[in-house]
Amino acid sequence: MAITEETPQPEPAASPLFGSCPIPIFEHKQIVLGHGSGGKLTADLIDKIFLPAFRNPILDKLDDQAVLTIGDSRIAFTTDSFVVTPIFFPGGDIGRLAVHGTVNDLAMSGAQPLYLSAAFILEEGLHVDDLRRIVESMRAAAAAAGVQFVTGDTKVVDRGKGDQIFINTTGIGVVPPGVSISADRARPGDAILLSGYLGDHGMAIMSQREGLEFEGAIESDCASLHTLVSAMLATPSVTPDFLHCLRDPTRGGAATTLNEIAKRAGVGMLLNERAIPVRESVRGACEVLGLDPLYVANEGKLLAIVRADMAAAVLARMRAHPLGQDAAIVGEVVADHPGMVLMKTEVGGTRVLDVMFGEQLPRIC
Amino acid sequence: MKYLDEYRDGDIAAKIVAEMRRIQTRPWVLMEVCGGQTHSIVKNGIDQLLPEGVELVHGPGCPVCVTPLEMIDKAHAIARLPDVIFCSFGDMLRVPGSDGDLFTIKSSGGDVRIVYSPLDCIKIARANPAKQIVFFAIGFETTAPANAMLAWRAFEEKITNVSLLVSHVLVPPALEAILASPENRVQGFLGPGHVCAVMGYGEYLPISARYKAPIVVTGFEPLDILEGTLMTVKQLEEGRAVVENQYSRILNQTGNLPAQQLIAKVFEVSDRKWRGIGNIPRSGYRLRAEFAAHDAEKLFDVAEIATLEPEICISGEILRGIRKPHDCPAFGTLCNPQHPLGATMVSAEGACAAYYAYGRHLKPRSADALHRIDAVPVAAATGDRA
Repeated sequence: MAITEETPQPEPAASPLFGSCPIPIFEHKQIVLGHGSGGKLTADLIDKIFLPAFRNPILDKLDDQAVLTIGDSRIAFTTDSFVVTPIFFPGGDIGRLAVHGTVNDLAMSGAQPLYLSAAFILEEGLHVDDLRRIVESMRAAAAAAGVQFVTGDTKVVDRGKGDQIFINTTGIGVVPPGVSISADRARPGDAILLSGYLGDHGMAIMSQREGLEFEGAIESDCASLHTLVSAMLATPSVTPDFLHCLRDPTRGGAATTLNEIAKRAGVGMLLNERAIPVRESVRGACEVLGLDPLYVANEGKLLAIVRADMAAAVLARMRAHPLGQDAAIVGEVVADHPGMVLMKTEVGGTRVLDVMFGEQLPRIC
Repeated sequence: MKYLDEYRDGDIAAKIVAEMRRIQTRPWVLMEVCGGQTHSIVKNGIDQLLPEGVELVHGPGCPVCVTPLEMIDKAHAIARLPDVIFCSFGDMLRVPGSDGDLFTIKSSGGDVRIVYSPLDCIKIARANPAKQIVFFAIGFETTAPANAMLAWRAFEEKITNVSLLVSHVLVPPALEAILASPENRVQGFLGPGHVCAVMGYGEYLPISARYKAPIVVTGFEPLDILEGTLMTVKQLEEGRAVVENQYSRILNQTGNLPAQQLIAKVFEVSDRKWRGIGNIPRSGYRLRAEFAAHDAEKLFDVAEIATLEPEICISGEILRGIRKPHDCPAFGTLCNPQHPLGATMVSAEGACAAYYAYGRHLKPRSADALHRIDAVPVAAATGDRA
């Protein structure tokens, strides 16, 4: 879950500035797609509808997972729904995504993922062969990640009331002793590490969805990251809590994720554009479509906020892992401009990286 | 990335800026005409690299921004109809009309689709013979050839369920409107690279000569913009005012003749309203009479729709370079990209959205510089060295 602070919007009717002007849209009366984008509109829903109803100290942390103390154990607990179209895409499918997505949400607390549930909402008319293929893909992904499906549910809806298949997965795992990872732990001076190329998943989906072909096929980076996290946590250190925050930058991309951390921890961030790894093919596709790779979704990457004196050692561990070969230090946490993420651009200027608002819209020209 | 990284080199950028600093003797106000240039300037932080006193103001070249509210209301009225599939470029979906945006209409059941090419409408039309496919044909000369091609193919192939809601605008009349305004502060222009790739830059020669304003047709990468700025400042410092081509790797004086011929077959020049600016004579295109069967304004009953624009929004003055986004009382508070009041906040190319997204941490570049420059009338500023 994500949340961002927002300036309260004055009521348009109460503003004397407006007089008889046409009133612009201040509140959507219906759900629009942007409410699911992971950006500001999503945060708005959480803030105004879900949090007031469900509020409690565990939920209030708004991390990607809840960490529950039960007896002597700390259990990480999370849930995620998958509605991606197309259901098969280069580098993965909705089933694989449903395993990795939930495993990653657990892994971002440092937990060892253990058990998953799976709930299927199937649309009348879905080919059983497609379902079989998706389920086989889930089995393989779960086996590779070392997790088991231990409970589930199936529902079927009328044709036209769903989009072939929606999957929900819930997962639990155990957080090792001494590990304390949370968005509010970022401190000025910390280094910001990224585990590899940005934007692969989002651009793979988009090029498939729009029937666009780019030089060098773009494949989703969809992968379970818990073994990478374990490798990072195993970096030799005098104290075990050098790893302050972990997040996988899914919807809303790296820019939105870093903003959430900056706001939660009350710190600023300064990125270095030159250091941020983006594949040529993804950069090219983003240029063509007028999108920014920093706002494109990833499904197999993590951002880590690490104590500065440990950054080089953690980076070396990441690079030794197959899922972190292209890892890089991409910036630092600073005391200036709290809550705001800035980036030194390639050409030498500075720009603000804001939270994504709704959907990224392709520009006209 | 090949052909792009070469134009983003920080060391070369520093050299261009140093040269600008070396030749500059006084403050200058330049306007980048194109929305794509504005986007690049703020995304790359180019305005902060420029020497103090070289000010870039943002021009009217964001196609989404200048589409009048009235036309957006017409689009919304059509998009709400049950038998219509309304197709649009992506960033138009968030532009607020008087009551909601296209996203809202989509969420209420309207069939609104983002297309990457206007010709996608042909495929959609063939797949949905019982529906009317309406394409929101907006933009400058850049999008005109592809939009014209849609009308042309619909006409030639007798696809009766495709129509265009046309709100096309042209750059040269807008530049003239800016230069002729008594409030004008702009002394030189970074000309619109994409527009000139289609039209060539011949039509800018008389404008530059008449108003003694240098126009340097400029590309979109950081080094393009810095070089275009340097070339413009150089002309101003030397008291010259001619059209120069910084973007020669892409375009020449003649432009793309087949594209121009297609435009001429389908469109004719007409008066157009510009959001925030008002009516500018002969500043846009409309479909020629032969294409009436594909003209959405004629097919749907929208002639009565007339809309006034919010008074607080200063997007018109921003589009003309008279004020900057920071000057607006609503900037970043009542008006932000999530809830845009004016179209300059809507598109990523709009000056307000670009400022909000990338430059919000910066204080406006010395407000008093604005007044200093205001004290020098444009004619004197360009003429005193001529």
